[in-house]
Amino acid sequence: MTTLQFELCAAVVKILVIFNVLLGLFSAMTWAERRLLAFMQFRLGPNRTGPMGILQPVADGIKLFFKEEAFPEGANKWLFALAPVVSIVTAFTAIAVVPYGPPVQVFGREVSLQVAHLDVGLLFVFAITALGVYGIVLAGWAANNKYSLIGGLRSSAQMFSYELSLGLSWVGIIMLTGSFQIADIVNRQAGSLLNWNAFLQLPAFLVYSVAAAAEVSRTPFDLSEAESELVAGFHTEYSSMKFALLQMAEYVNMITVAVLTTNLFLGGWHPGIPGLPAGGLFGIVWLVVKVLAILFVFIWLRGTLPRFRYDQLMHFGWKVLIPLAMANILGTAIYLVAR
Amino acid sequence: MDLGLFYLLAVLSLASAVGVVGQRNPTYSAFALIVTLCSLSGIYGLMGSPFIAALQIVVYAGAIMVLFLFVLMLLNVKREAAGEGPGRVLRGVAVALASLFAVQVGVVLAGLNVRRGPAPGFDASTRRMAETLFSLPFLYVFEATSILILAALVGAVVLAKKEP
Repeated sequence: MTTLQFELCAAVVKILVIFNVLLGLFSAMTWAERRLLAFMQFRLGPNRTGPMGILQPVADGIKLFFKEEAFPEGANKWLFALAPVVSIVTAFTAIAVVPYGPPVQVFGREVSLQVAHLDVGLLFVFAITALGVYGIVLAGWAANNKYSLIGGLRSSAQMFSYELSLGLSWVGIIMLTGSFQIADIVNRQAGSLLNWNAFLQLPAFLVYSVAAAAEVSRTPFDLSEAESELVAGFHTEYSSMKFALLQMAEYVNMITVAVLTTNLFLGGWHPGIPGLPAGGLFGIVWLVVKVLAILFVFIWLRGTLPRFRYDQLMHFGWKVLIPLAMANILGTAIYLVAR
Repeated sequence: MDLGLFYLLAVLSLASAVGVVGQRNPTYSAFALIVTLCSLSGIYGLMGSPFIAALQIVVYAGAIMVLFLFVLMLLNVKREAAGEGPGRVLRGVAVALASLFAVQVGVVLAGLNVRRGPAPGFDASTRRMAETLFSLPFLYVFEATSILILAALVGAVVLAKKEP
């Protein structure tokens, strides 16, 4: 097999694996979220379909599949149908450059565990997340519904504001590492727990955590779909598989953010304690453990925190997070020059 | 394959650029402009500069266009009001001038002996970009532009805050 053939095969296998893992994790997440939220609120949650309700996502999928496709009156059909596509494409594209394990040896050749190896990896993720806003904006605008429109508007303003702090919180890490490549950033955090960027770049980590939760529109930042005032926000008019795609995009974005947080701040596939096995498949295990922990925190937050008010959200984003991120960049620069 | 991709992106960017000016509905124009910016970014990527390609998306498609759309949606501009419309004579003059311009551009381009297909790759890596921007002769111009943008930002805030 020539190198080109091998690379192509590896790429196809990696794409198939990551796609199916994401789909599986998405359906597992919907079930886990409903069960965990229920426990936090002293309820039981879905527990009838299969053992412990584990088949609930399948039942949900079948139900959505057979539901009628409804186009609201006066909606822009093309853009209305395009919006979920934009959302899902950007959600799956963003994770393409995120590595999920150390390079492994397959048939004597080295394979890096990420779909695409890009020189500007982190910047690419940033660009794609920036495009993800359009799915929500389109969905809100095309539906010709006032709730959808206000949801879309809030969403675009929110993502626009928090994207800035998200990007600025990465700059310190990029300066420390001297590379945009996520694999380099992970490898700089090898060894002890104290090498993790979460400790070295604590202000950036705090800014990032808040901005990331806002970026995926989760509670306490789910103003775009505040059900008590906006019905369901930008996806009010969606039904059937288009609704399923929008939901899927939201969860895939959440998983991407969790993998990215692990890689950027929590040492990626390094266990953080010298002496523990780290190579090969162990690396993937460490990564998965950290990712699942972050996903749990997302659900935990939803069960715990009330929603922000809109003006508080804007105030916090522009007057607290951005100055903090700027100060962190300045501090990192001074440290790097003085070192 | 690069050549095929280049032509695909070139056609896409030109077609959507025509869409930007040809649309009556400003929201469609904005979406067409996003397609133009994204295909331009793809062309930058083909030229071997992923950094500029990513920046094009982050700055233009990701930030500026979101702001445009935000304003369009906030004001809920449905359709450009069909005004009086130019008279028949004016329209004829416009068509004549446009064809004259097209012929001129065609003559100039034909005389230039331009290469067909994408430009040869140039070194536009992130490091090279930074070294060029932060060294003479571009250093002072670059910094002056930054100060200009900062001044514009402060000016915008002052104007927006002014009590009526």
